[in-house]
Amino acid sequence: MGDLRDLYQEVILDHSKKPRNFRRMEAADRTAEGFNPLCGDRVTVFVTLEGGKVKDISFQGSGCAISTASASMMTERLKGKTPEEAEKIFERFHDLVTGKGGAAGAAPELGKLAAFSGVCEFPIRVKCATLVWHALRAALEGLRQPVSTE
Amino acid sequence: MRSAGDLLAPSGRKTAPYDVERLRQDFPILHQQVHGRPLVYLDNAATSQKPLAVLSAMQSYYSHDNSNIHRGVHELSGRASRSHEEARSKVRRFLNAGEDREILFLRGTTEAINLVASSYGRSRVGAGDEVLITAMEHHSNIVPWQILCEEKGARLKVAPINDRGELLLDEFEKLLSPRTRIVSVVHLSNALGTLNPVREVIRMARARGVPVLLDGAQAAAHLKVDVRELDCDFYAFSGHKLYGPTGIGVLYGKAALLEAMPPFQSGGDMISSVTFEKTLYNRLPFKFEAGTPNIAGAIGLGAALDYVEAVGLDAIAAHEKELLDYATEALSGMRGLRIIGTAREKVGLLSFVIEGVHPHDVGTILDQEGIAIRAGHHCTQPLMERFGVPATARASLGLYNTREEIDALAAGIRKVHEVFG
Repeated sequence: MGDLRDLYQEVILDHSKKPRNFRRMEAADRTAEGFNPLCGDRVTVFVTLEGGKVKDISFQGSGCAISTASASMMTERLKGKTPEEAEKIFERFHDLVTGKGGAAGAAPELGKLAAFSGVCEFPIRVKCATLVWHALRAALEGLRQPVSTE
Repeated sequence: MRSAGDLLAPSGRKTAPYDVERLRQDFPILHQQVHGRPLVYLDNAATSQKPLAVLSAMQSYYSHDNSNIHRGVHELSGRASRSHEEARSKVRRFLNAGEDREILFLRGTTEAINLVASSYGRSRVGAGDEVLITAMEHHSNIVPWQILCEEKGARLKVAPINDRGELLLDEFEKLLSPRTRIVSVVHLSNALGTLNPVREVIRMARARGVPVLLDGAQAAAHLKVDVRELDCDFYAFSGHKLYGPTGIGVLYGKAALLEAMPPFQSGGDMISSVTFEKTLYNRLPFKFEAGTPNIAGAIGLGAALDYVEAVGLDAIAAHEKELLDYATEALSGMRGLRIIGTAREKVGLLSFVIEGVHPHDVGTILDQEGIAIRAGHHCTQPLMERFGVPATARASLGLYNTREEIDALAAGIRKVHEVFG
């Protein structure tokens, strides 16, 4: 089992206490809700696309430090990316938190999101880290139903 | 035949002082390390651990007597049937019910409530009628009634609570109307620890001829339940929260009500004769026990009741009250900590939130210290909303918990502050 400091790295604690892009976006052209029925965590993602790229992205909701930080850092990472690039980053992120990344460590396109490497030692918390990403994927795919971790 | 429960009597005795260390020896699971620390199990409201007496009774049944019950002509079936019905008698004595046929073996509290909602509810609740519950119900005492009300065009009424988490009895009484067909109330709240004034609830409902179901999932492990003294119409509880196995639970119902109710599930065992034209239902309790039941589970539950009664429910209650007071004292002064549920009548658990730290993070950090608590909405989402929190951390007590474990919990919470700063 991993060390708590690997899970709660400084950058994660910082984003959980002061989430960035934590706001409603009334004019969003894509939005989706994510819900974890087991713990009650809820997140809504708002996206505005322009010229095939993420022009603005924000979120709202309530969740633990891991899910809040993941959402906050995701919004920072994805500004200016195309939906295809966002999907690729999600795949890399998913590999990271589920420990499929292997010994090579975090993929370079993850940037600061590499701080979530400790999550794979806490399998119960993987859903916390990925909830907002599932909501993002639903938003980009234009799904209307809220996505659920279950 | 002697059951394994007789051979492995619990270590505690009613007359002796409460010896928690000796009782802990009866629970093999407690003696292990988790993440390099001694296990501190404070998730008893989710499920309790099982004493050797229960494990042995179930193993003994499968090793010596396993057989299907009721219709077998051979020796093993006779033994299995007797053991199963002995377990029913033990439950009857445990609840002080009048007759064995008032004790139905089901999967658990959830199934018991579903049975009442489906069988009693469908036959007695119609369009414009009302079902009355409280704001502190578990989802299992909300959703079956919602489904019933939706199907029948009836209304679900919810009696409010105050900021301490206490039922507002005046408001409850006002919500009892000529259209109220049934009242279903939790005896002891799983999220707050509130012990509800069920005698008053029953008295008020009784005065208007409305039957009352008590959800005893939590209460049955912590206090003596006497269904005749309470005069409730239905009482539901689960074996696994009462030191018994999972997958077995009980619905007590007054015989006259159960007699008048249609079957819940149908199939084998619940019939007395079947032709393709007409089926005659079996007598109580078998009318409500379709299919091969959880025989080993019933026997395990019987052993658990023997165990609890040998330790003494009064002794357990006194021990847990002392621990809860100690825990409340230890935690209430801690930085940023708010206890959710401060009812004057409170039993067995402590729900809390820590400012700036989500309960899941509290749970993960405590787990690293070997401490098992629950973090979440405890299947009471409307209640969480009432208190304006998404979730709480919950430490819940069992007969084997100690002051040292509460000290470990307090130290674990200090660790939460270390991590989160």
